[in-house]
Amino acid sequence: MSCDRTETVLHAYFDQELDPVGAAEFERHLDQCPECTESLTALRSLRSSITGAPLYQKAPAPLQNKILAELRSSRPTVFPRRSTTNWLAMAAALLLFAIVGWQFLVAHRATDKELVLAAAVVDAHLRSLQPGHLTDVLSTDQHTVKPWFDGKLDFAPPVRDFADRGFPLQGGRLDVVQGRTVAALVYGRRKHEISVFIWPTTETDATPRFGSHQGYQWISWRKGGMEFYTVSDTAASDLEQLQQLFSKL
Amino acid sequence: MSNLVQEKSSDVLDSQDRLRFEMLVLPHLDAAFNLARWLVRGGADAEDVAQEAVLRSYRFFPGFHGGDVRAWLLQIVRNTCYTWLEKNRRNQNMAEFDEELHPNQSPSPEAIAIAGNNRERLTQALESLPPRVREVIVLRELEGCSYKEIAAITSIPIGTVMSTLSRARRQLQSALANPAPKEAHHEL
Repeated sequence: MSCDRTETVLHAYFDQELDPVGAAEFERHLDQCPECTESLTALRSLRSSITGAPLYQKAPAPLQNKILAELRSSRPTVFPRRSTTNWLAMAAALLLFAIVGWQFLVAHRATDKELVLAAAVVDAHLRSLQPGHLTDVLSTDQHTVKPWFDGKLDFAPPVRDFADRGFPLQGGRLDVVQGRTVAALVYGRRKHEISVFIWPTTETDATPRFGSHQGYQWISWRKGGMEFYTVSDTAASDLEQLQQLFSKL
Repeated sequence: MSNLVQEKSSDVLDSQDRLRFEMLVLPHLDAAFNLARWLVRGGADAEDVAQEAVLRSYRFFPGFHGGDVRAWLLQIVRNTCYTWLEKNRRNQNMAEFDEELHPNQSPSPEAIAIAGNNRERLTQALESLPPRVREVIVLRELEGCSYKEIAAITSIPIGTVMSTLSRARRQLQSALANPAPKEAHHEL
C-alpha cells in the first residue's frame, strides 16, 4: 500500500468510517508504516486540542425562549393577514375561535387522562429497568418471543425484530398497566432500552401523540385494535423511527 | 360551513405538529447555533440566523417524514447561513478589514503553553478557512457527524467530504504548529 494513496483512508480509519475488514487491513499497514503511524498520532493530538479548546458554541439560553414564543404565537395557516377588513371573515373567525376553544377544552380533558396513563406506562418502564426485570423471555428471535406470549395473554401482540433497522429485539415480558395485563417488548437502541407496551382496544386508530414524563419520552398510537405505548430515555427521534416501523407492519 | 370544519381540524393538527416539532427539532438547537456561529462567524448574527433557520424549518416541518432530524435541520441552517453570507458579503469584507486594524494582542510565551491560547489559534485558523471547508470540519469535529451525515447536510459527495477533511485538518495542524498566525502579512 502506497502512503500517497492512503491519505483519505488514514482519515477514514481515524474517523472510524472504515468497515471492519478495511480497518483490520489498515491496522496491518500501520504496523509497517511509521509515516502513517505518525500522521495518526498527529490527528489524535489535533482532535484533543479541538476538544480541549473547547470550540463548541452552545445556543444562548434566551434563543430557545424566543423561538418558543414565536412558535406559540404564530398561526399562519389559520389566520392569514389581510390588508382590508373583511367583516364576514371576522365573523367566521369569531365562530371558529369559539369552536376551536371548545375543541381545545375537550382535547385537554382527554389529554389529562392520557397523561395519567402515560405516567403509568413510564412507571412500568422504570420498574423494568430494575436489575433482572427487563425481560421474562430473553431472546432476540421474534419466533421465540411471539409464542411465549401465547396462553399468557388473550390477544396476540405483533412481535417483530427490527435489528436490521437499528432496533434489535431483546426480549419480552408481561406487565401490568393500570390494572390491565399488557405485552411489553424490549428493544435496544445504542445503549438505551426501549419498552413497547401493547394491549387491545376497542377504539379506532389514532395518529401518534408525543409527550415526556420524568425525563422519559413516550409516543402513543392506536392501530388495528391495539394500543401502543413506546417509552425510553433515548432521543425522541429514535422513538419516532420505531413508531414508524411498527405502523408499517 | 364545511370550510370552517376543515380549517378547524387543520388547527388541531397544528398544535400536535407544534408539540412534535418542539420535541423533535428543538433539542438540536445547540447544533443549529454552533453551525451558524462558525459559518457566519459572529455570536449575535448566529443567533439571528439560527432563529430564522429554526422558524423556517417549522414551516417545512409538515414535509419532514422521519429520518435524521439533526441532519435535516442542519441542512436548513446551512442554507440560511449561505443566504445570509451572500447578503452580507460587503459588510463581511469590512469586518475582515477591521480585524487588520485591530491585530490580536501578541500572546506571551507563557500563554502559548496554556490551552486558552490553543483555543484562540484554532478559532482564528477555523475562521480563516473557506466556509465550504470550515463547515465540514465543524460538522465532523464539533458536531460528531458521520461522513454520510456531512454529505447529506452539505450536498457534497462523500469523496469530497473526505478530501476536504484532510485539507482542513492539515491547515489546522499548521496553524497550531506556527506560533505567529499573522506571519503572512510581512510579505505584503
